[in-house]
Amino acid sequence: MPAAAPGGRTDAAMEQIIDIVLLAFMVVVAIAMIRLRNLYAVVMLSGIYSLLSASMFVVLDAVDVAFTEAAVGAGIATVLMLGTLALTFREERPPKRRTPLLPLAVVVVTGAALVYGTLDMPHYGDPEAPIHQHVAPRYIADSPLEVGPPNMVTSVLASYRGYDTLGETTVIFTAGIAVLVLLSGVTRRRQRRRPARGDESREARR
Amino acid sequence: MFTVASLFVLATMVLALLRAVRGPTVYDRIVAVNVFGTMTVLLLVLIGFLTDRPEFEDIALLYVLINFVAIIAVLKFELYSSLAGPRAASAEGATEKARDEAADGAGVDGR
Repeated sequence: MPAAAPGGRTDAAMEQIIDIVLLAFMVVVAIAMIRLRNLYAVVMLSGIYSLLSASMFVVLDAVDVAFTEAAVGAGIATVLMLGTLALTFREERPPKRRTPLLPLAVVVVTGAALVYGTLDMPHYGDPEAPIHQHVAPRYIADSPLEVGPPNMVTSVLASYRGYDTLGETTVIFTAGIAVLVLLSGVTRRRQRRRPARGDESREARR
Repeated sequence: MFTVASLFVLATMVLALLRAVRGPTVYDRIVAVNVFGTMTVLLLVLIGFLTDRPEFEDIALLYVLINFVAIIAVLKFELYSSLAGPRAASAEGATEKARDEAADGAGVDGR
């Protein structure tokens, strides 16, 4: 790109802005998903959320994870959620009045412990990190000769960790069959609707 | 140039997000999700060019396909209240919505 020399700094700044805005979007969507009572809207928002996280994975260079997230999170999960919606109500019941102090405390303590745990971790992209020192150099050096494909992630997943991948595939296959059985066997039941309670349910049916 | 384009795409994403959260109808939300997906695709391409790695366009193409199929599935569900399609819906005695569509003469096919 010829204009890269003067524009390099603004490009880097723009990347940072995109990161921050994407993360802010994720926070907004998560809060909206918690607050909304219309489950259809929540399903739609969860599709948006997984699109956002897939973009974050691309920004972090985890392209294969982004593929999976886009296919599973935005594609299949949305459809399965909609199939589930046919079996339940479209509105979430408002929670009983209770002070959520204990759950809040648990969440805050867990979050603080996790943040404390990240303090020890190597910086993002640090070449000295243990994960880049253990088996990665051998994969980089030998996998083109031992396995063949130019994409080393493929070599690792399909050859070096072949049994691992086989187990994962079995688990996902089983889970997929179970979900299909659950959704297809019972879908014939008519969709129940709660008595209209103001605008919300009429809005949901429209 | 890519910077300005990214800014505009992000602004559009804000608007689509607003519509997805506010609603009020189901179709507003479906269109909002669709627009948001398109904007994600554009943003991925722009990120690819910002970081001098336009290979990421492949992923953007995949996103387009997933977005399309997902929206079709959502709309089908919205019409028939079942993912199996019109036949299954009529077999169970036709859901209210499919009947309305048929009464309007706008029923799609297979009825």
